[in-house]
Amino acid sequence: MSLQSLNRRRFLQSTALGAAATFAAPAVLRAQGQPVKVGILQPVSGAMSYSGQQGRIGATLALEEINASGIKSLGGAKIEPVFGDAQSTPEGGNAEVEKMNSAGCAAVVGGYVSSICLAASQTAARYDLPYIVDVGVADSIVTRGLKNTFRLGPGFGVLAKTAIDNLITLNDAAGKIAKTVMIIHEDSAFGSGLAKLLNTQLPEKGFQVIETIPHPTPTRDFNNVVTKIRASNPDIVIPADYYNEYVLLARTMQQQKVRPKAIYSVLGGAASSYKFVKEFPEAAQYIMDCNHWFDPKNPKALELKKKVEAKGEFFTYEVYMNYSAVLLLADALERAASADRAKIIAALESSTFSGHVMPYGPTKFVNGQNQGAAPVNTQVLGNDIQVIFPAQFASAKPVYPMPKA
Amino acid sequence: MLSPIILVPAVLNGLLTGAVYALVALGLTLIYGVLHIINFAHGALLTCAMFAAFFAHRLLGLDPYLAALGLTPVFFCLGYGLQRFVIGPAAHGEDRNILLVTLGLAVVIENALLYAFRADTRTINLPYGFDVVEVGPAFLSVPRVIGFGVVIAVALALWLIMRFTDTGKAIRAVAREKLGAELSGIDVAHIYAVTFGLGTACLAIAACLLLPTYYVNPHAGNAFVLIAFTIVVLGGMGSVAGALLGGLIIGVVESLSGLYLGESLGQVGIFIIFILVLLFRPSGLFGERA
Repeated sequence: MSLQSLNRRRFLQSTALGAAATFAAPAVLRAQGQPVKVGILQPVSGAMSYSGQQGRIGATLALEEINASGIKSLGGAKIEPVFGDAQSTPEGGNAEVEKMNSAGCAAVVGGYVSSICLAASQTAARYDLPYIVDVGVADSIVTRGLKNTFRLGPGFGVLAKTAIDNLITLNDAAGKIAKTVMIIHEDSAFGSGLAKLLNTQLPEKGFQVIETIPHPTPTRDFNNVVTKIRASNPDIVIPADYYNEYVLLARTMQQQKVRPKAIYSVLGGAASSYKFVKEFPEAAQYIMDCNHWFDPKNPKALELKKKVEAKGEFFTYEVYMNYSAVLLLADALERAASADRAKIIAALESSTFSGHVMPYGPTKFVNGQNQGAAPVNTQVLGNDIQVIFPAQFASAKPVYPMPKA
Repeated sequence: MLSPIILVPAVLNGLLTGAVYALVALGLTLIYGVLHIINFAHGALLTCAMFAAFFAHRLLGLDPYLAALGLTPVFFCLGYGLQRFVIGPAAHGEDRNILLVTLGLAVVIENALLYAFRADTRTINLPYGFDVVEVGPAFLSVPRVIGFGVVIAVALALWLIMRFTDTGKAIRAVAREKLGAELSGIDVAHIYAVTFGLGTACLAIAACLLLPTYYVNPHAGNAFVLIAFTIVVLGGMGSVAGALLGGLIIGVVESLSGLYLGESLGQVGIFIIFILVLLFRPSGLFGERA
């Protein structure tokens, strides 16, 4: 029993009222603030472990904040995290959800990659266990009709559409200087799906896709890909890769002196990563990205950024998306005034939560998807990453085309 | 048909990439040729060496090429110690056990690295990291060209050691006829450990050559090891020249098949070769017939 629960009433009950009353005490205490267990599911080992560990940092920071005062409607109850490692595989995610369910968790937050989110949320659905997706962008996560699954962030369709719209806005404003595009993408569901979308939508908007090059993860060498880019000389290069490959590609492009009018990524693994900008400022310069990002005009976001950087960590999107997802859950718990799973799901369905740090519109869940969710466009300018679209969150004007070196 | 503007750089790049593959394979083939075991810990040890080179640069400011001079003997000793005091004793003379011990070592090393350094991807930025030399239509990265030269030198040195020194002769003797070697007064346990040490030392050099253009995280080494196995089979188990030539061939094959079939299918070329070699020349290019 924790120290907090040794309050005055407990003291009186166990001393003055004698042994009989002590038996009744646990029930009273539960109503008064027994911790609510919440599963924090991340892939902290295996191929996705960096992202998983960043996600866990975000979730932990949110929990620290929440637990400073506790859930008021539950008598100041604290949230007790049950950490799970999805081991970068859907099966790993499933196994952890099973464990979290038996441990009596009231909800699960996390998953990170689409494949883990898909599997884990389905397993959670069997137990009517509320599941909040932290990142996973596959549209199918929220279109399967699972009542328990919620996503605060944007899905793939919205991301791709916004990316294309913003690219056209950008190009039109510069006098339609770019006509040809080359797409370099990793060959799993994320990269291939995106390449397919771009290949159908870009030609409709007057762009010519010269070539689409898929590559596996990991790819050890990008020299051939870059040689091809140099030979075809496209106006815009669109990379969609995970972090390591993205960095290798950008470094090889710099080395081979390939400089298109723009490097414009959609969910580019490193394109909006402070780590990349810090380690390879020249290779990263002027790269644009349409991705998850925090609201640069939200003081709470800036405070969180400071806190994370003070720990010597990078402020990556996994951090603030998990932070926001855990806060969303805490808000639902507060309004549900109960750790009952059905009540939490109902509270999430009617959520209008605004205490997150994301540049989103008003929160409104339709079939589990937050309708206010949207990505932003960023660009690496100097030693910082600035938001260039949409206007209400923008912190800088886009530099396009890329100046010649 | 692709124009030479793409083809020539692709072949040259393949050769440069293949050289590093060859060095990783050299270590593997030495250990296989003498100890007749497949060293599953090879990838994990490569990752270890990459971390060592990374921290030599980060903490001591040592250039990876300078660090190679120091790390090579360190990793030789590490490999020697591993074989002499861990793998050898734990295996009780059974090949099957050695296999499992190296597999276990790989798991332990990788997770220890994950625990100590977490999953962050680390890179180093060197002043010459982005320098290129122009060869016809190709821009070749300077660190990779240096790497190529070093690999050729290391392979030559290894070949000379194996050919002309007493230790090299003892290694070859143990590889061919263990009992006979033992009867002639060769300390087999010592030679085993020396061979394992040499194989591990190759990894230290490979790591230092990779770091200027590649990254390190606790899984980085694995990407090279599957390829290295293919090279060992292609070149012939235990053959130094085979590993070098095999590495260069695999590098070019990977590069060209990536070009023609797309990067996603680039690996297919490697494994087609692997299967063809097993079917038609199971002893490899330079392997001796069993």
